[in-house]
Amino acid sequence: MSSKKLNVALVGNPNTGKTSLFNQLTGLTQKVGNYPGITVDKKQGTCNLLDGSSAIITDLPGTYSINPTSLDESIVLETLLNNEGKEYPDLVIVVAEVENLKRNLLLFTQVKDLKIPTILVINMVDQMERKGISLDVAKLESILKTKIVLTSARKKDGIENVKEAISKYTECDVNPLFSISEKIDEAYFKEVKSSLRGFSLYKSWLLITQKNHVSFISEASKHIIDKFKVDREKLKKYQHKETIYRYQYINEVLKKTYSIDRTNGTDLRSTLDKVLTHKIFGYVIFTSILLLMFQSVFDWASVPMDYIDVFFSDLSAWSKENLPEGVFYDLFSEGIIPGIGGIVIFIPQIAILFLFVAVLEETGYMSRVVFLMDKIMRRFGMSGKSVIPLISGTACAIPAIMATRNIGGWKDRLITILVTPFTTCSARLPVYAIIIALIIPEGRVLGVFSLQGLVLMALYALGFASAIISAYILNKVLKVDSKNFFIVEMPNYKLPSLKNIFFDVIEKTKAFVLGAGKIILAISIVLWFLASNGTDDFQNAEKIIAEKSVGKNLNQDDLESEIASYKLENSYIGVMGKIIEPAISPLGYDWKIGIALISSFAAREVFVGTLSTIYSVGSDDEGTIKQRMAAEVNPDTGEKRFNFPAGMSLLVFYAFAMQCMGTLAIVKRETKSWKWPVFQLVGMGLLAYVSALITFTILK
Amino acid sequence: MIHTVANLQRGEKGIIEELSFDEIPLALMEMGCIPGKEVTLIQFSPLKDPLYIDVNGSHFAIRRETAERIILVKRLCDEL
Repeated sequence: MSSKKLNVALVGNPNTGKTSLFNQLTGLTQKVGNYPGITVDKKQGTCNLLDGSSAIITDLPGTYSINPTSLDESIVLETLLNNEGKEYPDLVIVVAEVENLKRNLLLFTQVKDLKIPTILVINMVDQMERKGISLDVAKLESILKTKIVLTSARKKDGIENVKEAISKYTECDVNPLFSISEKIDEAYFKEVKSSLRGFSLYKSWLLITQKNHVSFISEASKHIIDKFKVDREKLKKYQHKETIYRYQYINEVLKKTYSIDRTNGTDLRSTLDKVLTHKIFGYVIFTSILLLMFQSVFDWASVPMDYIDVFFSDLSAWSKENLPEGVFYDLFSEGIIPGIGGIVIFIPQIAILFLFVAVLEETGYMSRVVFLMDKIMRRFGMSGKSVIPLISGTACAIPAIMATRNIGGWKDRLITILVTPFTTCSARLPVYAIIIALIIPEGRVLGVFSLQGLVLMALYALGFASAIISAYILNKVLKVDSKNFFIVEMPNYKLPSLKNIFFDVIEKTKAFVLGAGKIILAISIVLWFLASNGTDDFQNAEKIIAEKSVGKNLNQDDLESEIASYKLENSYIGVMGKIIEPAISPLGYDWKIGIALISSFAAREVFVGTLSTIYSVGSDDEGTIKQRMAAEVNPDTGEKRFNFPAGMSLLVFYAFAMQCMGTLAIVKRETKSWKWPVFQLVGMGLLAYVSALITFTILK
Repeated sequence: MIHTVANLQRGEKGIIEELSFDEIPLALMEMGCIPGKEVTLIQFSPLKDPLYIDVNGSHFAIRRETAERIILVKRLCDEL
């Protein structure tokens, strides 16, 4: 074989087990990257074939048709049309599900007509007997002019046959099945053919009928295509005719090869549907699942989080003792190690949330939630599909905002994007946790509910409520023209596959940690620098304090801590904190909290780390961050700095403020303008400031 | 009265006569909603919207406003 590896693309409807097949073929070799210029995940892996060679498998986004309705789906079209591109496949595997073969074959006939070598994998054949399905494979192969492989990807049945078919890809028949020109309008298609000579007729037709131009065609071709695009009504009409003809063809084919005895099936689907979408039980079950989810995030995650916490503080202490003195000594032990620790500690919570979302999606339950919630969400200007981003937003707004892509209408989607950052993401948790621990006593209410837990629940409720209320307002205010079309497949219920969920959780958690980790690491280095360098007064701190304390008879320890706090006050970051102090003192904060607020605009979770850096720079005190915060005193009043009014005001501020660069960046990318992220930053910032001001003023 | 998917009873079937949209969504046809095909209304959402249907073996949910535009062949009893 040549040195160039075989490129294989997996294409198929959602819920056909395409991902299971991908996982079986590639296993641990899979990697997630990005398509150039857009943020759609590109999943690739290597598959070892039986003859010793290997193939690169790309799992393209699931789609019902080659005509895309979303950004993710448009990747399929772009990849399959660009025959000069690096991603252009040598072979396409269309994955179909045996029970829904009719609809799945629509996509197959479209792909087959592109004249790329194509094989058809019919998956979930282990269901055939139970569902009373019989299939004449040999006949279907000869009619569809293709190699067909039957699999049950989850049970690993048929995987070897897929591999064998991949190695024999050169034997594939590349003749198209269907000729659009004859039946629809011969004269019109003749004109298309003669105008766009570089492409096959079907490819030209696809290029003409897309709303947006594909990225790779020349200006000259775009010009010709634009001429055909003018008569949109005709294009629509012909697209409809094409779909009808394709279905007619498929029906005839299946009449000869496929039969299903509906009386045979034990109908699990309808029984479960009756319960899960019941007008009372449906909502009760959904609420219970949400409660279970949040409960687990706190309960299951707390043990590993404690270990991670201890590990990083030990590591920091160890590095202080064992690294050679110098600039890097401080940078490592006071900047980088706490910085990395600050992100690693989130992994358990994030992973558990992703695990729940993955299970809900795998089982098919998520579609039922969309079905249950659509009408309710619509009153607030969103769609049933907005529920998924709002739930994922409790892990992290970044993947949540990416998950808004399958919301059809632009207005629904925009509102969902704008309000998702209100949901309590896991980055707010450490801030909430430490402040709650400082200001709320440990008692129990009615002997059962922990008071601190209830406050945390209330903050979650506040997050959802503010998301919903702002959506309601935005819905009234925003003048966005958008055609909305809602169609949600209700897939069969399935037991979740451990392998699929494992890969899904690993992949998403990794993406989060690497993405957020980079920012947090950079911020902690910058912070460390700003805190360990400063004005002339900073440089001469030892001398100034020594002069001031002449005659005061301070011991060595007190002298050192005087110097350290003087240094912090005159470091660059101290100066910045002092500058904003007048603006934040009405909220009950001092310049040290001001520093934490400034750095939190990069990412909220930096708050705790920053305070711990601020209070620990130069101090050898081994107390925990919580003890240090509790010991802080407001010099004006003599009261504790983190007392009840100031703490509540901070909680409210963090609930509302848009403090996350990562989210702003993703909103900019998804809305293709700076207008909306700036709107979020300013709007949520003002809301946070005003609400914190009111809170502090009332409670003070 | 025009007979549409929106006025089917739960479990009732009908045959699609035409799709009466200003601009028929291609995705709807690609999911299998094509004149001549049989539709079964499987379930209403608790608030009567969206509707969960089975067309031609393909199960999906659409909103009432869409369902109202999927016109069905008249029922026999309507004509009598």
